[in-house]
This record gives sequence, structure tokens and C-alpha cells, in this order.
Amino acid sequence: MKTKQAVSPSQASANRKTRSYAAKAKAKKWAISIARGLLLFGLCFMIIQPMLTRLSTSLMEERDLYDSTIVLLPRNVTLDNFRIVFDLTTFPTSMLNTVWTALLVSVLQVISTTLVGYGFARYDFPLKKFWFACVVALIVIPPQTISTSLYTYFAQFDFLGIVKLFNGGQPINLRGSVLPYALMSATCMGLKDGLYIYMLRQYFRGIPKSLEEAAYVDGCNTFHTFVRIMLPDAVPTILSCFLFSFVWQWTDLFYTRNFLATSSRPIFSTELSTIVSRMSRYFSADASKPIIVPVGRQQQLISIGVLICCIPLIILYCFTQKTFVQSIAMSGSKE
Amino acid sequence: MSARNKKDKREAWGLKESVLTFIPGNSTFNSMRSRNARHGVAFILPFIIGFLVFMLWPLLQSLIMSFNEVNLVQGGGFKQTFVGFDNYKYAFGVDPYFNKRLVEEIPRMAINTAATLVLSFVIAVILNQDFKGRTLARAIFFLPVILSSGVLPGIESQNEFYNMMQGISDEIANSSGVNLSAALQDLLAVSGVGSGVFDVLFDMIDSIYDIVMASGIQIIVFLSGLQAISPSLYEAADVEGCTAWEAFWKITFPMVSPLLLVNSIYTIIDFFMKNDNRVMERINELMQRLEFGHVSAMSWIYFGVALAFIGVLSFVISRGVHYYED
Repeated sequence: MKTKQAVSPSQASANRKTRSYAAKAKAKKWAISIARGLLLFGLCFMIIQPMLTRLSTSLMEERDLYDSTIVLLPRNVTLDNFRIVFDLTTFPTSMLNTVWTALLVSVLQVISTTLVGYGFARYDFPLKKFWFACVVALIVIPPQTISTSLYTYFAQFDFLGIVKLFNGGQPINLRGSVLPYALMSATCMGLKDGLYIYMLRQYFRGIPKSLEEAAYVDGCNTFHTFVRIMLPDAVPTILSCFLFSFVWQWTDLFYTRNFLATSSRPIFSTELSTIVSRMSRYFSADASKPIIVPVGRQQQLISIGVLICCIPLIILYCFTQKTFVQSIAMSGSKE
Repeated sequence: MSARNKKDKREAWGLKESVLTFIPGNSTFNSMRSRNARHGVAFILPFIIGFLVFMLWPLLQSLIMSFNEVNLVQGGGFKQTFVGFDNYKYAFGVDPYFNKRLVEEIPRMAINTAATLVLSFVIAVILNQDFKGRTLARAIFFLPVILSSGVLPGIESQNEFYNMMQGISDEIANSSGVNLSAALQDLLAVSGVGSGVFDVLFDMIDSIYDIVMASGIQIIVFLSGLQAISPSLYEAADVEGCTAWEAFWKITFPMVSPLLLVNSIYTIIDFFMKNDNRVMERINELMQRLEFGHVSAMSWIYFGVALAFIGVLSFVISRGVHYYED
């Protein structure tokens, strides 16, 4: 078409039509991308906004809170509030405890769920369907259903009378120590372990059978195949399970309250949940201060607690965002 | 796929063979298949032990407890006396909050689940398009998975004083007409359009924050489903003269629909286990008062409701869903 010198009138009108069509399409594209931008910006802002508000209020002095001319930025910047929260909680200690507990629990969870996921993905054995149904049940059963019995169960731990044999006829009290929770994590019954088993199984199922067979032919036994051939490839998925487990453990209240609440080693999430009652006790100890803590002040101190809890997680997320997202993407893509 | 199917469908384990697999000194025991099976069982052994000791056994105990009155005995331990269905009667008839909150929470859950599914699907479709800052947007939408887990979501609203103040400020906002959705609602009501459907819709709009915060995982799952669709399908549709709208309903939606089930189950469970769920709050309250019998009965009722909901939903969705063999 381009080589033609003369343009017939009908063709000119056709060209005009095409041009106006192109312009329309372009306008439509623009409109769509503007609408999309607005929608996404709004929703993203909504997700981030509470964090920003917390950050700004955490830096305000108390009188700034009641000043209606101050909306976003503090007039009198102070770090005093952080000091109060540090006083209220046993913060550095509890944070360290939380790190250790979360690390221990998530390492145990990842090891056990990797083994189980691998077993389900690559082997055929009697009752496999039944056991996998149990995994699904594990995902579906809310842990609250068994929380009461676990509560009493660990207070006098004695499974089928086995413990009595070793302990002179006495059941042992396991509440308040990290041991029962570690045991549960090591046997895949920790927080959201069903989900991790499912994710890892989905991953291992995707590995071609021939890889395994080649390893057998070359003289690898089951254990070696698993450790040398399968594990190295699975590292990203395992890592992401580990991250999920660590993050969820960090903020978890349910298991922590059930197993570790009476522990001599405080955990941050339980401290955070009781911060309001701690506050009134703290302020009532000081005679010069009013006994009832004003609401705004309470909210401010809670915000700081939440911030302290979230900041390490957000930093972690910034570095590992891809790992988080990829594993979920993989587990969803295959039925 | 077909080769894999064949392998999956090789002969099932008979009772005799299953037993012989684990008993040394016979020909079945020494076969390759038996050896592999034993290795498989060894791999999942942690799960088997854990499930029996830390799930099935406590589950059984909690079921027994729900039919008993449980009293703590001095010096540790507890005594159970059988009371039949009294705990269940208590949950439904006597407890002032449980019943009411359960009835309130169920429709809220149904609406929330539907809203979460729709919203996460729409966001996934948007995030699947090509535009600048896509990675950042994805990262932000996934952020709630971390920021709204565990202790964090309920913590600020648990403060009673705060709730009181919030109620007052809401009233002020409503009366001064700043609240857009309320104003629109009033307008619709005046013009005679207002009805139950609109109430539900406005409820959803008002709780959009909660819904977005609860849909991080669902967005990623839908997104991965969208990315798995082969572009050649769209090309073929385009050649055949399919519009984008038709392509969406004829290709995108059916291809992603199997994920609806996974996502809806995940959403429901997430909703049930949230700390700020009011039924859960009631159960936790009673738990702190050590009323174990009542707590067990309530937990079982709650679990039963959740299971029934999931069951009905899976039935409905799996009938309407198109499964695509790849």
C-alpha cells in the first residue's frame, strides 16, 4: 500500500477512518490506564496508610494528640513514647525470646513438613489417600477446637500412660515451657503446617520422575536422592515456607498464649495484647500522673507496640518479597 | 499427563499386601514396591505421629469434654462428670452472647467471602496487565499477609474506651453528612431504590479495608492462575473476532475458576480463625474463666458450622467449575 503514489478518494476516507479509530483506541487505552492507576493507588494507599499514621502519631508529644490542627505531621517531635513502651514491656528481652522461639519453631516446622511433603509427593504407600485427607483436615480444623483439650493435655502430659512409666507414676506439667510447642512443630502440628505440607508437596510433585530414576541408577539410595538431588532444587520453596512460618509465628497469639503465656520468658505478641492493662498499672505507679490513661494516649502507645512488632517484619519482607510470592504462586497453579 | 495418570492408577493396595509390606521375612516385604512404600511411610512418619498424638487425641478429648462438666481439682488435674447435651443447651439457650454472635457472624462471613473472592479476582486481573510499577503494586498487595496476621488486626479495636469514642465520632460523622456512602444510601432510599441488596453492598463498601487486608494470598493465587493461561488462546480468540469482554468470560474466567474453590476455602478458614472474630472472642473469654465444658461445646458447634459452610460451598463450586486438563 505504501508504494502507491496516488491515493484514491475512497482510500483517503478509509485512512481517516483508521486514524480516528486509532485515536479512539489510544484514548481508550489512556482512560483505562488512568482508571487503573487511580484504583491501584487508592487501594495501595489504604493498605499503607495505617502504618504511616502510626509512624506519625508515635512521634507526637501528648499535647499534639489533642490538638485538632495537627492531622498528619507532629509539631513537637519526641522519642519519649518509645521510652515509655520500652518501660511498659520487657521489650529487648521479649524480642530476643521471640526471635529464638520463632526460629526454633520454624526450623522444626520446615524440616518436618519438607519430609512429609516429599513423602506424599514421590511415594506410593498403603492408606496414602487417607493420610492426605488428614493433611487437608489439618488445614481445615480450626486449632481453637482443640485448644481446650491441648490446654489441659499439656498441663498433665501423659500420652497413653507412657510418661508415667518414666516419671514415677506422675504426669508432667509441660505448660509454660517451649517443649510442647517444639514437639508439635517437629511433628507437623504447628501453626498452619498443613498449608506448608501442601505447598511443598505441590513443588515435589513437579519434579520429573526421570531425575529420581537416574539417581537410583547411579547408585544413590533413598536418603541420598532426597538430600543430594531433591533438596538443592527445593531450596526456594523451603525458604519461603520458612519465611511464612517465621513471620506468622512472630505475630501469633493463639499458640503463644496457649503454650508460652506462663513462661518465664515473655513473648512479644502476648505482651502486646496486654499492653493496655500494663499501661494503667504503669501510670498509676507514678503519683503525679492521672490514673486513668486518656484514650488517645492509649492508642498512641498501642500503635508504637504494633510498629515495633511490624518493623522487623517489613524489613524482612523488603528483602525477601519475591520468595514469598513465588511459592504461593506455585502452589496455586496446579490442582 | 496421560502417562502420569496411568502411574497414579496402578493397582491399589490390598489389605493383605499392606500388612505384609511391614512384616519382614516374606516375598512381598522384599519387593521393590514394598520397599518404596516403607520409605514413603518413613518420610511421612512425623505427620502420622503428630496427627495421632496432637490432633486426633485432643480432638477426641475435646469431644468428650463437650458432653461433660469439667471442674479443676486442687493441685492440678480435672474431674469430669457426664452431663449429656447440657453444654450444647447452654451454648444455644443460656449463654447471652454466643448464640447471637454466631447468627451475626455467619452472614458476615458469607458476604465477606464473596466480596474477597470478587475483589481479589479483579485485582489479580489488573495486576496481570502490563504497566509501570507493577512489581511495587504486587508487593504492596501482598503486604497484608504479614501485617494482618496473628495479634495485629484486632489489637487497636480491642481497646474498649477507643471503641466508645469511635462510636461517638462515627455518629458525628454521619450527622454532619461527610460520610459519602451513608449519604448515597440515604439518597437511594429516598428515591425508592434502597433495599436489602443495597444495604449489603454498602456494608461491603464500608468494610473494604478489612476485605483488602484479608485478600493477599487470594490475589497471588489468582494471579498465578492467570499467568498459567497460554497467550495463544487469546490470540486465537482475537483472530476469530472475539472481543476483550467475550475473551474474559470465555477464556479467563473458566480457566481460573478451579482456583475459586481453593481461595474460598482459604478465605473461610482465615475468617474463622481471626482473633477479632466475635464468636472466637466469646470462646476465649469463657476459656479464661476455665469453663472448659462450655468452651468445648461451643468450639464444636463453631467447627461444625464452618465445616458445613465449606461443604456446601465446595459442592456448589465444584459443580459449576470447569476443570481443564493440561
